[in-house]
Amino acid sequence: MKPAHGVWALVALLILAHQDIWFWDDTTLVWGFLPVALAYHAGISLAAAGTWFLATRVCWPGEDPAASSSGDDAQ
Amino acid sequence: MTQLLIIAGYLGLLLLLGIGASRLFRGTSQDYMLASHSIGPFLLLMSIFGTTMTAFALVGSTGEAFKEGVGVYGMLASSSGIIHSLCFFLLGVKVWKLGKAHGYRTQVQFFRDRLESRWIGALLFPVLVGLVIPYLLIGVMASGTVINKVTAGRIVNGQIVGGTFAEGTFPAFLEQGSNPNTPDQPPSFLYGSQGGLPKPMASLAICGIVLIYVFLGGMRGTAWANTFQTLVFMILGVVTFVVIAWRLGGQPSFWASLQAASAAIPPEKLTRLHIPPEKFFTYMFVPLSVGMFPHLFQHWLTARSAASFKLPVVAHPVFIAIVWVPCVLIGAWATSDLISIPPPVAANPNAVLPFLVQKLAGPVLGGLLTAGILAAIMSSLDSQFLCLGTMFTEDVVQPLRGEKRLSDRQELLVARLFIIAIVAVTYALSLAEPRRVFTLGVWCFSGFSSLFPLIVAALYWPRLTRAGAYACVVAAACSWLWLFTASDFAAQPDFTVNLPVPAAIDADGSWQLMPVAAMITASTLAMVVVSLLTSPPSRQTLDRFFPPAE
Repeated sequence: MKPAHGVWALVALLILAHQDIWFWDDTTLVWGFLPVALAYHAGISLAAAGTWFLATRVCWPGEDPAASSSGDDAQ
Repeated sequence: MTQLLIIAGYLGLLLLLGIGASRLFRGTSQDYMLASHSIGPFLLLMSIFGTTMTAFALVGSTGEAFKEGVGVYGMLASSSGIIHSLCFFLLGVKVWKLGKAHGYRTQVQFFRDRLESRWIGALLFPVLVGLVIPYLLIGVMASGTVINKVTAGRIVNGQIVGGTFAEGTFPAFLEQGSNPNTPDQPPSFLYGSQGGLPKPMASLAICGIVLIYVFLGGMRGTAWANTFQTLVFMILGVVTFVVIAWRLGGQPSFWASLQAASAAIPPEKLTRLHIPPEKFFTYMFVPLSVGMFPHLFQHWLTARSAASFKLPVVAHPVFIAIVWVPCVLIGAWATSDLISIPPPVAANPNAVLPFLVQKLAGPVLGGLLTAGILAAIMSSLDSQFLCLGTMFTEDVVQPLRGEKRLSDRQELLVARLFIIAIVAVTYALSLAEPRRVFTLGVWCFSGFSSLFPLIVAALYWPRLTRAGAYACVVAAACSWLWLFTASDFAAQPDFTVNLPVPAAIDADGSWQLMPVAAMITASTLAMVVVSLLTSPPSRQTLDRFFPPAE
């Protein structure tokens, strides 16, 4: 399997994991203050950032040769 | 008065920034509309994030969590973290490359070439503008509500106490609220401004400020103002969270206060038992809207290089969590018995966050926190105003002129005049009866989402034809109008499309789906079927948009 396929599999997994019916009626407070439904989905947000980081590393669509122009945003 | 002075100071600072950025303006329409493709990763991240996070994210999410509980985060925020970045990755980079290569400034210009259709703009322009206006309304309405609430007094024994202005300061027509128990009586000070700056005046001030810096600085001023405002609302958002948690929880330490505040949330607000899983799932279609936001399309084109997209793609989901988690928790805390929410505030979820800020923060902090909320609102309004000016010039005026194209200077003038006109129209519409920010936002986003298949197919499906694209837009517009009318024009916040299913699958006998699911299905089917039934695009167009190397 190519690395890019792995990234797209992770994206699909994220979408599946987003449907967390197992926490639907759970009133647990993680660390005593964070409702589990909120904590889990905050975790999904962090996992999404990780997945997209991998995507930029292994399957970035690439630069356009005529691209860069000098700008005023000194990055 | 302290809050009002701080808000005025913040708005003055923003104006100075806009004017400062306008000094970098190169005087060309290319610079006014696209900042000459000079925006690097950090400014791109901040301007894209600031643009997508609006009143909907701060005021709307808190209000909706107050009504529906913590499930609101999963419904829109975590799904947006996945979907928005997906759109930046798959659509943004490709659009930027094509825009850079062919000089596009608007979506319609791209679709006109890709679909070999001179008239696609005549269909798409009114649809896109019609969908952006409710989005603008969300910001204008929310800014008026926020400023009014934090400067207003409290009702004690039928009298206003602690308001910024006395009764009679403003003319009677600015007092817009009536007693909800006796709606037939005329609006009054007691239920109108309540001693705060009247909403119509506050909204007008915000429109004026945004108009000035967009007018002067164009896209460059907008990008700098967005970056500044995004930093302001993220930092002050966290401060708001800490202050409200501490004051609500009332414990000696912050951690203990957090726990005390959350322990008081009623159980029904901690779960999603009242949200059908299928409705939760179909909410995931709503963030697809970013793929067709015209203002975001324009921001993508400002990037200096394709690599500038990497930071926004990765950091966007984290930024969403930083803004939404505190807002949703605050909304859930407001349902607890730790604080009494007056019935007029409870009836208007948009007012929950400003009410908490006014009640729990001191005047100085309250003013600063309000500035943070306004920053989030204005960082979206500016891009939308600018985008509409660009679209009108490029997609309506220039094609109508044909061979006699406007000069660069005339183009700038037309864009600026249209921006003034659209600000005036939006402001006038905002004076009508308001809807819940969240509900209005979801309808607006759903409309853009229903056009999502079009941009995906235009970029990745060579078989998409002109007729297929027309069918997609017509199906999207008709299904949106039909369902929006069926929801009593967004007056039913819980409106769903009920799909009959066998009782063996669901005991209720139906699935409650978000209207966006039906709209996307209709537009996709129309696009695919009609495309397959009509002749494919010319070889020349296919070579241009799908070169063999790709």
